[in-house]
Amino acid sequence: MLTILFDGLAYGMILFVLACGLAVTLGLMNFINLAHGAFAMAGGYITVLLMGRLGVPFLWCLPIAFLATALAGAALERTLYVHLYSRPHLDHVLFTIGLVLMAVAAVDYFLGAQQQIIRLPAALQGRIEVLGISIGIYRLFVIAVCGALVVVLQSILAFTRFGSRLRAAVDDPRVARGLGIDVNTVFALTFAVGSGLAGLGGALGAEILGLDPTFPLKFMIYFLIVVTVGGTTSITGPFLASILLGVADVAGKYYLPKLGAFVIYALMVGVLLWRPHGLFTHRGAR
Amino acid sequence: MTARRWEWAFWIAAIAVPFLFPGKRLLINEIAILALFALSLDLLLGYAGIVSLGHAAFFGVGAYAAGLLAKHGLTEPVAGLLLASGAAAVVGFLSSFLVLRGSDLTRLMVTMGVALMLLEVANRFDGVTGGADGLQGVTMGPVLGLFRFDLFGRTACAYSLATLLVLFLIARRIVRSPFGLSLRAVKGNRLRAAAVGVPADARLVAIYTIAAAYAGAAGALLAQTTQFVSLDVLDFHRSADVLLVLVLGGSGYLYGGLIGAAIFKLMQDWLAALTPQYWQFWIGLVLVLVVLAGRERLSATAARLWARLARRPAREPPA
Repeated sequence: MLTILFDGLAYGMILFVLACGLAVTLGLMNFINLAHGAFAMAGGYITVLLMGRLGVPFLWCLPIAFLATALAGAALERTLYVHLYSRPHLDHVLFTIGLVLMAVAAVDYFLGAQQQIIRLPAALQGRIEVLGISIGIYRLFVIAVCGALVVVLQSILAFTRFGSRLRAAVDDPRVARGLGIDVNTVFALTFAVGSGLAGLGGALGAEILGLDPTFPLKFMIYFLIVVTVGGTTSITGPFLASILLGVADVAGKYYLPKLGAFVIYALMVGVLLWRPHGLFTHRGAR
Repeated sequence: MTARRWEWAFWIAAIAVPFLFPGKRLLINEIAILALFALSLDLLLGYAGIVSLGHAAFFGVGAYAAGLLAKHGLTEPVAGLLLASGAAAVVGFLSSFLVLRGSDLTRLMVTMGVALMLLEVANRFDGVTGGADGLQGVTMGPVLGLFRFDLFGRTACAYSLATLLVLFLIARRIVRSPFGLSLRAVKGNRLRAAAVGVPADARLVAIYTIAAAYAGAAGALLAQTTQFVSLDVLDFHRSADVLLVLVLGGSGYLYGGLIGAAIFKLMQDWLAALTPQYWQFWIGLVLVLVVLAGRERLSATAARLWARLARRPAREPPA
């Protein structure tokens, strides 16, 4: 029981790292980026390739995955996404689905359709017993890394000048512009960091979530659930939503193996009907 | 309500194609089914402005309903089609209340969620639906007791095209009626539409139900002509594909879905022959380019063309 809770926690943490970039871009520019999972997949594959072909140690791969996907995100944002912000939502959806299809087929073409395996360093393998609970060391590592990230992100958002600019831009882009905040730059930076985080999440999660070319499609729905349930106005909302989703998903798969996914979708639809702007949005934000 | 000259030409061409390319009948059958599916989404998106990423839900319900009816004794295709379409309409009516509230994003998520839930249900009750193995043992009787389904798709093709034509004419009647005009008003501005006395919610429920019935009919056609139903009918990519079809053809006029379906299937057929495994890449590229080039501009061009074609026979007041 507690092991399930623990696994769910690790799963939820990874979901958060994967999805928080999406939450911010959606909240900031009202842009529905279904291709977010493609960045995560890119991070995962970068790790696999670096480890497999060049023998880079796993821990070094994580920052490289982050930087590489952040750069890719920034480049795509400046060249392609920037033209689409003022378009209707349907255009966002179509454009990013197109990107996903291309990414899936391209990865399939260059690297094959098989499941990729990441060989973890020996120090992160195995399980330990703590108070009678069996805990995977890697999951513990994931929770520690993601936990640290959450703290860092939250403090950047709460205590730095950039953070306050970002919050202002999320709350009301027009007024923020009027106050002299360069919303476009803020957004480009945030987009890059969000993509980078997705890449990092993909690298971290490859072991737990699995990694194959259909990754962006398989997990797109999970990211969207996190974002829609958690709301897009803060980091805590998506964080709580990811933990909830992670635990519910692991528990659902364990206790109701054939109905697990159904329960999650039903919950999502229920939440959206009850509170269309998310569970954890504060009143008056939108 | 007279047909324009070029509309006659369009349908005569559509009917002639199976005779001209007898080897391609199975493909033409697929095009007709996809066209009907896209037509149904067009009613929703193009005329009522409801975005949906889960339209496959109703396609799937229709397909399974038709398949199950045929498997358990009702082998007459037309009756099966009507019943399956009715089943999809019921599901559409019930879920229509979910899309009345919220923003575009909420609607996208809710429609997608409904389709995924149905997919899980179909997977769960594999005793009824066959689960991942698909629904097997579907045998169809002859259409109207006269035309047997054959291996080369001669009957299938004619049956699908005929269904498409009939349902298209009904859709044409619907969108040109006062009801259809009030839908456009709701699409344009819901608040103002309500202010001039259009019951917006009731209109949306009605068109959602109708669109679901159309999608169900398309699904039923697929189940009946291929005599097989798999979980694939409810899959996410089917909802995404039909959106792409509508984008290719242009939404907001009824021929958009039909033209888009032909383009999409021919492109898919051609690309799949060229690169069997990676055709999705090119589909994705087309999607990206279409959006970057400006979907609005494309459909505006189509609309201009439509207007010019529609004006030509003239001498009657515009509809």
